[in-house]
Amino acid sequence: MADTATATAGVDHHDDHGHHESFWSKYCFSTDHKIIGFQYLFTGMAMGLIGGFFSYVFRMHLAFPGSSIPFFGVVSPAAYNSLVTNHGTIMIFWVAMPVLIAALGNFLIPLMIGCDDMVFPKINRLSYQIFLISAIVLIASFFVPQGGFGGAWTAYPPLSAESQYNGTPFGAPMWLIAVTLEIVAFLLGGINFVTTVMNARAKGMKLYDIPMVVWMIVIASILFMASVGPLVAGAVMLLFDQTLGTGFFDPAAGGDPVLWQHLFWFFGHPEVYVVLLPAMGVVIEIICTFSRKKLFGYRMILYSSIGLGILSFFVWAHHQFISGVDPRATYLFTTTTLLISIPVAIMLFAMIGTLWGGSIRFTTPMLFALSFIAEFLIGGVTGIWLGSSGTDIYLHDTYFVLAHFHYTFVPIAIIGTFAAIYYWFPKMFGRQLNEFWGKIHFWGTVIPFNGIFLPLFVLGAAGQHRRIAGFTAYPDLYTENFQDLRVFATGSLIVLILFQIPFFINFIVSLKRGKKAGPNPWKANTLEWVAPSPPPHGNFGDNLPEVYRGPYEFSVEGREDDYWPQNLPEASK
Amino acid sequence: MLEYFLPRASSFAGSIDHLFDLITYLVMFWFLLVMAFFFYVVFRFRAKPGQKAQYITGETHKQKQAVEIPHYLILICDLAILFYTFKVWHEVKIDMPEYDEQVRVIAQQWAWTFEHAGADGVLDTEDDIVLINELVLKKDTQYKYELQALDVMHSFSIPVFRLKQDAVPGRKIYGHFKPILEGEWDVQCAEMCGYGHGFMPARVQIKSSDEYAAWIAENTPANLKQDAAYANTESKLKEAPNNG
Repeated sequence: MADTATATAGVDHHDDHGHHESFWSKYCFSTDHKIIGFQYLFTGMAMGLIGGFFSYVFRMHLAFPGSSIPFFGVVSPAAYNSLVTNHGTIMIFWVAMPVLIAALGNFLIPLMIGCDDMVFPKINRLSYQIFLISAIVLIASFFVPQGGFGGAWTAYPPLSAESQYNGTPFGAPMWLIAVTLEIVAFLLGGINFVTTVMNARAKGMKLYDIPMVVWMIVIASILFMASVGPLVAGAVMLLFDQTLGTGFFDPAAGGDPVLWQHLFWFFGHPEVYVVLLPAMGVVIEIICTFSRKKLFGYRMILYSSIGLGILSFFVWAHHQFISGVDPRATYLFTTTTLLISIPVAIMLFAMIGTLWGGSIRFTTPMLFALSFIAEFLIGGVTGIWLGSSGTDIYLHDTYFVLAHFHYTFVPIAIIGTFAAIYYWFPKMFGRQLNEFWGKIHFWGTVIPFNGIFLPLFVLGAAGQHRRIAGFTAYPDLYTENFQDLRVFATGSLIVLILFQIPFFINFIVSLKRGKKAGPNPWKANTLEWVAPSPPPHGNFGDNLPEVYRGPYEFSVEGREDDYWPQNLPEASK
Repeated sequence: MLEYFLPRASSFAGSIDHLFDLITYLVMFWFLLVMAFFFYVVFRFRAKPGQKAQYITGETHKQKQAVEIPHYLILICDLAILFYTFKVWHEVKIDMPEYDEQVRVIAQQWAWTFEHAGADGVLDTEDDIVLINELVLKKDTQYKYELQALDVMHSFSIPVFRLKQDAVPGRKIYGHFKPILEGEWDVQCAEMCGYGHGFMPARVQIKSSDEYAAWIAENTPANLKQDAAYANTESKLKEAPNNG
């Protein structure tokens, strides 16, 4: 940090303890947005390994029921329930959210809007600390007597509310406390993101000059903060039901179990878009850079994502078509659910429009970004079968649903994240990842991913339900053909997991030995590429950049270079 | 397409399957079109030496129309799906046809209790036939079911009927079905209900009216002397003072 004289942007300064920070204060109690971003990134990746391991265990159990799984042992029904519950919980709350919102938001927002740090650096630090505690509480809940919570990640009461039903008197409250803490952490982070983007932009950066990924993280943060209130209220009620014996969700005490479902899904559906939007933003940045094209319809995409956000508050009951809500309500929620496909489709069309007329370079981040479009499209269109209430009667809670939402969440949280890591790795660590091994990792991830979930669509259409700890009890489902499909899906999962090894080796080796990246290895326009790689504390040194144009001025006619960074004055043409 | 995997054993299974097919055709048309276009664009505009990308803002009227017009067409497809799905939903979940038989379904951790109305067709009478994990139905007969849960959420699912309904503790939920095929198939629980969720399988048997009549005659409690004796001892046990 010795070379960094911190610039001033009306922000309270926080590295006043000088240039000789200890490892402890630099990496563990840092208020630097980049370090906090890394903390979120590495915690998220570590949790991703745990969640991935869980999926390996229960997929192995489904393929070879009753056998002893290497590295785990025989899977009991209680363990199975706990594994699927915590796989879902971890992947949503401890992988997708920390990586896509918190890690990317923290790392990118100040760099991309040209300021030296978040507006509230200490709140930012607090946010990560609470998040870390939440992760520790969750992991601890696996090791308490009777084991971790196994009532599905949706935690429907009365099962989740009473230990006589769920059998986990300690696991269930700990699970709930962990989720609530995680939400508190993201509320703090969200406040920071929105305030920073609204108040601390570089001189000259108008609202329509903000890079799309920053917009998407801001909209996602607003969506999250607006939707999470009912869930926190519900979580407190559920915790009281669990521990104090209240009856908010207990029909015998005058409560209503379906109330929880409303509170949960009022948050739960916008949550899908909370993680989708940042991933879309990442993909937009990457396809613009690697097709050397201006973004097709900047405002159209922005307005679509705002419309998507508003509409997402009116679709929650499509998770509850058959849950005992008034059957007439489905007319409204089917309509809003089918309508919400329109803004998402507009955004995907605009991405393809951006590719049109481009000069596409198939680098590793670009391959991941392109595969996001193709794979997410499958996830999007399969939602139509489920959003349509008539077919949902049959498909609800089958593997069709499971395959559908994995075709949305895997592109978002796995493919989108890898795209972001390959794209911004040079900025994060000053060196480039190896392209050859990157491409091996790409194909080794995307092909087995389809191998896992395409068979599950078939099994779901054949009537196989979710969260069943083995199908041996069901003669119609435990047939040889169906078992072959299960084994195929499990085999694909193992291939996918093995192909992550080259990624981790590539990551670690490139940290020290990768090709040195200059400030702007991809010849991109946005402000983070103005700062040195890796950016020092304070990001831009003495002179904060000024902005003269939008973020996507690629291949402007009459210019020699095919890119035109936002910070170059007009005269440099 | 679904009948390829499992038969249509209820009167409304066909409607749900046809809706499924309609959505499949419409969605597949758009999906394949967009995928083909996507791969065509990616291939056609791959980087070639010395060739510069075009500068297209996507903000002109004509360019915006290129995105908007397909979406009007998609909206029309959405309306077609909506219209048909409302029809199916009304048929399965809102409409309550005149019924000839009744059955009560009680879900608990981790078993299904099926109370068949028996010979008189009325529930809660002496001739009710109560079975665990076994539902026996008469073909071509309109049924009304009553669904209850004793402890936690369960979900009553008969895939061959294309029927699913959550059972909510504290509520009685009514619905209907009409079996149209003879045979025996799985009944599943479709809502996470605890440790035994994966192990509460039941079977539904659909019998012709002759077989069904024979089954009624055989299983009516009054005709089951041993069971009656058993019930007798049970009631005596209940009357006995509790030593526990």
